[in-house]
Amino acid sequence: MAGAALFGRRVMWRIGTVVALRDETPTARTITLDVPAWPGHIAGQHVDVRVTAPDGYSAVRSYSIASSPNSHGRVEITVERLPNGEVSPYLTQEVAAGDRLELRGPIGGWFVWRAEQTEPVQLVAGGSGVVPLMAMIRSRAAARSTAPFRLLYSVREPQAIFYRDEFQTLSDKDPSLTITYAYTRVTPTDWPRPPGRINASLIASAAWPSNLAPTCYVCGPTPFVESATDLLSASGNDRDKIRTERFGSTGERK
Amino acid sequence: MDIVSRGFSGRRSPENAKLPPGQYLTTDFPVLSAGPTPHVPLDRWEFTIDDGTRVLQRWDWKSFRDLPSEIITVDLHCVTRWSKLGTSWEGVSLDTILMDIQTDASYALARSYGDYTTNLPLNDLRNKQAWIAFRFDGKDLAPEHGGPARLLVPHLYLWKSAKWVRGISLMPQDKPGFWEGLGYHNYGDPWREQRYSGDE
Repeated sequence: MAGAALFGRRVMWRIGTVVALRDETPTARTITLDVPAWPGHIAGQHVDVRVTAPDGYSAVRSYSIASSPNSHGRVEITVERLPNGEVSPYLTQEVAAGDRLELRGPIGGWFVWRAEQTEPVQLVAGGSGVVPLMAMIRSRAAARSTAPFRLLYSVREPQAIFYRDEFQTLSDKDPSLTITYAYTRVTPTDWPRPPGRINASLIASAAWPSNLAPTCYVCGPTPFVESATDLLSASGNDRDKIRTERFGSTGERK
Repeated sequence: MDIVSRGFSGRRSPENAKLPPGQYLTTDFPVLSAGPTPHVPLDRWEFTIDDGTRVLQRWDWKSFRDLPSEIITVDLHCVTRWSKLGTSWEGVSLDTILMDIQTDASYALARSYGDYTTNLPLNDLRNKQAWIAFRFDGKDLAPEHGGPARLLVPHLYLWKSAKWVRGISLMPQDKPGFWEGLGYHNYGDPWREQRYSGDE
């Protein structure tokens, strides 16, 4: 079981080889790594990635895993380039197939969804906070789970959506997976809702009613998470059912 | 087994020399919490010390604020790798809080509103190493940073500085808290880089 890797044993550094790169948006790139002897992971966990300069200087950042648990030693992360980032510009612009990266993980045992869970799930993403939630959606599909999932995904503008085609494909063939986009700055033409942040009326119309007792996973920048969790609480969701993951304005993640 | 990352040069700064291994400097104040931010009204706030079965001492907001407080300047180190230097807090020293408590316990479990817990040796709460802080940068502590009051134990990673703290249980034996039971290190010394379970 992947979770067992967390306990008792040292979480060791491993070498992953970049096998594929895919641009999700003009500023975000998915990196697929082949990691021999990867111990497996649970959807929602993250990895530490270490990059090292020729003189030995190194920097480490945490990134959510985007891929579902699998037995092929494949790990995907999606990295959003931050304007003044130290590591994210390198990972999104320099790294090429065949390069090797050091990584350590999987890490985190709280913000996770396991395929044994059958209750309704409400996912709420702000920007690149969608990455660990995508791992949950992919895990659900891989496990052929029928747990009812809803994703409410807040983005600045249509071009900022990660995984758009895959979301379309997955939700088209699966009536128990619903995805709602909320645009904060620019909407597609003829979009029914003016641009704006997630608010109480959107929670009322797009999220599971709280009487279904969904488990809620909220991930995004801190102000987004604060606001979304307050709205979920106010609409009757039990605080114990709301799990969060936040990143600060300077942190590359979390 | 460091491998060189082709094309990575990195950004070195003189401040990095003052940081524990694997940390980088930030000037803002990121937030990390496992769940929603509790909003605790002051007229319902209380802080208790117990021994696992009975309450040894109890403060409401007024009696807590009547305790002598200190202004302290400390460095913060979060396990998610940011460090923030020279932060200014006001709080009540745990030496003051524990002054009248007689105990043989060696461990403590801090308990928070919202049911967060974190464990640490009782000695790490003593000798001017820990405070119940209620002001940050001269202002009342904001809820997302742990207000009305949080534990502040700056010599350990910041998850040990329980936000929204409501009490401390004194225990004869150690017992993992929330993150300590989910793969994070039991003690969490940033200078020894004790991030995850199994780190030396």
